[in-house]
Amino acid sequence: MRLRGLVRKEFLQVLRDPSALAIALVLPVVLLLLFGYGVSLDSQHVPIALVVDHPTSDTMRLCAEFAYSPYLAPITMHGLPEARQAIMERRVDAIVHLREDFSEKLRRPEGASIQLIVNGVDANSARIVTGYIESAYGKWLEHSSSHVGAAPSIAVVMQSRVWFNSNVLSRNFLVPGVIAVVMTLIGALLTALLMAREWERGTMEGLLVTPVSMNEILLGKIIPYFLLGMGGLAISVSMSVWLFGVPLRGSLMVLVLASTLFLLTALGMGLLISTLARVQFVAGQVAIITTFLPAFILSGFIFDIGSMPRPIQWLTHIIPARYYVSLLKTNFLAGDVWSVILPNALALAVMAAFFLGMTRWLSRKQLD
Amino acid sequence: MEATPLQPIATFQHVTKTFAQGKQIVRALSRFTASIETGRVTGLIGPDGAGKTTSLRILAGLYTPDVGTVRVLDRDVATEALAVQARVGYMPQRFGLYEDLTVRENLDLYADLQGVSRAVRTDRYRELMEMTGLAPFPNRLAGKLSGGMKQKLGLACVLVQPPALLLLDEPTVGVDPVSRRELWQIIDRYVRDRHTTVLVSTGYLDEAERCDWLIVLDGGKLLRQGTPESFCAPLRDKTFKIRVRGMPQRDIQARLDACAQVADAVVQGESVRVVTYEKTENPCHGLFADQDQVALESVPPRFEDAFVMLLGSRQQDRPQASADGKPAAPRLPTRDTGLHAANSCPATGSPQTSQVIQVEGVKRRFGDFYAVKGVTFDVQRGEIFGLLGANGAGKTTTFRMLCGLLPASAGKLFVAGVDVRRTAARARQRIGYMAQKFSLYGALSVVDNLRFFSCAYRLRGAAREERIGWALRQFELEEVAAVASGSLPLGFKQRLSFACALMHEPEILFLDEPTSGVDPLARREFWRRTGDLANQGVTVLVTTHYMEEAENCDRVAIMAAGDILALDTPEAIKQKMKTVEKPTPTMEDAFIELLNTRRVGKT
Repeated sequence: MRLRGLVRKEFLQVLRDPSALAIALVLPVVLLLLFGYGVSLDSQHVPIALVVDHPTSDTMRLCAEFAYSPYLAPITMHGLPEARQAIMERRVDAIVHLREDFSEKLRRPEGASIQLIVNGVDANSARIVTGYIESAYGKWLEHSSSHVGAAPSIAVVMQSRVWFNSNVLSRNFLVPGVIAVVMTLIGALLTALLMAREWERGTMEGLLVTPVSMNEILLGKIIPYFLLGMGGLAISVSMSVWLFGVPLRGSLMVLVLASTLFLLTALGMGLLISTLARVQFVAGQVAIITTFLPAFILSGFIFDIGSMPRPIQWLTHIIPARYYVSLLKTNFLAGDVWSVILPNALALAVMAAFFLGMTRWLSRKQLD
Repeated sequence: MEATPLQPIATFQHVTKTFAQGKQIVRALSRFTASIETGRVTGLIGPDGAGKTTSLRILAGLYTPDVGTVRVLDRDVATEALAVQARVGYMPQRFGLYEDLTVRENLDLYADLQGVSRAVRTDRYRELMEMTGLAPFPNRLAGKLSGGMKQKLGLACVLVQPPALLLLDEPTVGVDPVSRRELWQIIDRYVRDRHTTVLVSTGYLDEAERCDWLIVLDGGKLLRQGTPESFCAPLRDKTFKIRVRGMPQRDIQARLDACAQVADAVVQGESVRVVTYEKTENPCHGLFADQDQVALESVPPRFEDAFVMLLGSRQQDRPQASADGKPAAPRLPTRDTGLHAANSCPATGSPQTSQVIQVEGVKRRFGDFYAVKGVTFDVQRGEIFGLLGANGAGKTTTFRMLCGLLPASAGKLFVAGVDVRRTAARARQRIGYMAQKFSLYGALSVVDNLRFFSCAYRLRGAAREERIGWALRQFELEEVAAVASGSLPLGFKQRLSFACALMHEPEILFLDEPTSGVDPLARREFWRRTGDLANQGVTVLVTTHYMEEAENCDRVAIMAAGDILALDTPEAIKQKMKTVEKPTPTMEDAFIELLNTRRVGKT
């Protein structure tokens, strides 16, 4: 009866408190929409300037190839100065310049050259644009060789295939990662804030002197926020699958179990933080710095852990979100790969036990 | 297993409890031994930091004593906290109601936690709701209740499972007089009907008189215990009321202060209450020989007199006791004005003096709610003018408008001849403001705070240093000059706030609830300083909800729901509110009577 009373109180509070509801329900939706639609590491219809000094049938075919590419949006310009102006004004991201003697040189053994100027301000985009142009150029080579009949001088043709995310859509790996951030928000940040609020408003002192045990007080926090976190998970997974069309190749069961472990870890961290910092402001700051930011930056959600400097890579091992993100990506995109799932799940289980155990150990039914 | 009456329900044995405060170790209780007898109301009295809250928290199992044992209901609290907590009800100073839960939901939660069976809930709730007057709004959010209502709901939550021992930590702080009275009625009734034992700590000494037994703590030690009568008995024939027609009460007080046999003298309306060291028939031999209309009246001693004597005599042992050996709290030497000569002017009370504050038909609207509905009053130079009222009566709003912190919606506001509605900034140099909450920089030392506030008022160089020296001396802050102000006890903080408000020698002082939560001794000291300032010609406007403090004011305006209900001297208001049942009403009686007549008049 005591536990039920505590859980019911917690739910009533969440329902009445718009800010808690916002963190639990609105924020996941916003984050998912943001990362599903807004943030995209892919470039499509990149505007490029085409400058052809002397149009011939060869240049026409090459230009057509650029136009076909779904990633490029060529704009034909007259002369390099105009194109240069356009790149400076950021109307185009790259210039492809075919010189006057392009067709002529093409038929010579040393071959023709294409001048490519890329705006390198954003290095990442520059690399991607270069890749797109090269691939369009490659296609043209292929076509023209079958057309002309004479094999081009390329002996080896690379045949690459991308697995698990065959369209290389960044959305497919961002959206599962968002789930980790959402769960961190609900599990750690919200819980830390609401527990610290009990200390701040003096409601904790009132609870401590009732015949409630510390276990009941902690469970009274864990149960409602666990359910809330699972609600967040349901929203996120439904949106990922049905709205964004992210494939869910692994079993739902594994997803739920992995999320349970991670949510317990996050709750443990949130409760531990608020046990140590009994002020909302401090608890909030600490929760953001120790749980939310690492989940964003160091979990492999956006930035690949493999390409981080070594010391940072080591650091990521103490970030619970890292294991969860790895579980999520595998579960969504690759399927139930047990050799990935088991070690990550084990790591999460150990962390959950550690944080919850620490919280229980440090929580006393006393004020000092 | 109800214990038979007058058996201790709880005992402290040689209890010591220390806290680490930064590098310092603070001893909250030291070898404290006492017992709480079953079936009566025991009061825990003492100045700030005496160890009242610590004792209550130990009984509730929230602290474990370093040394000694505490037993409640024959159980050791340290080892069997849960069993004790099942039978003890504890209401902390700030009772943690869940503000976003309704009245009913708060009760439900505590009923669940205390394991109250569903069968008895309906009856229990009805009883509690009626007793607390919360019956009409079971579905109101606790956060939307008034301060008094919240406190009553807190009490109801604690009583939802009738406890064997009820612990109340300053239950009436910040509560308006009407709710305060109601809270005590609930406590009284509960003890009688259910033979519950109550241990209540309080800073209101009139409340102490309502207890059956008093335990006075000071510095973590038991100072004395006994019935309120036993405290007062030794003071019989030593307490008097003196009134001299044609002589301002603060001048009477000053003369009495100088008299060797007078232990304590406080202003009370138009008279001065005097406590002497020895039994006497006339405490003022020849003191007022130059006056012909001296009214001397022997009055029964109050607990407050005994308390001041008790703690005062202890303070004498301390090195910082005032030089003249007076046992009362340290006070301002009357002669050291430290103020501009221009400010000194004839003593208070004379009606010819100029009006310093003029308020005419001032209104303030928030949305479609009028917080202040057209108030009119004026304050004379050198007068102490009190604004009295419950929370939400419009005191603070009026105050903020006068200081130019909040624009008025309508009416005329003149402060020191300046139209505040037009040029508020020009008036600010001439006013000093002491906010309700401690609004100094807690991380800065006492001296740094004083320095900052003098800079803010453009004091420089030697003048500034001289003024800081004055403040440290006058407010006895020299010893703590280098201490971070946030870590000072409340009484010191209040003195520092007061000093900061005076750095630029203002002509007008605005004091918003200056004594809220401050212990009785510090409160007296505060009023003495205020009286001295008024004698020097400073005009003081003060808000308070301690009705008894209104006696220190020359005139008071009693506010309720944005209106002024009465505006007169405290004496005249009390006279007007005389009833058959209460022929000599206290200020609080008068206030409640005034509210009642207004309510009747409305319906």
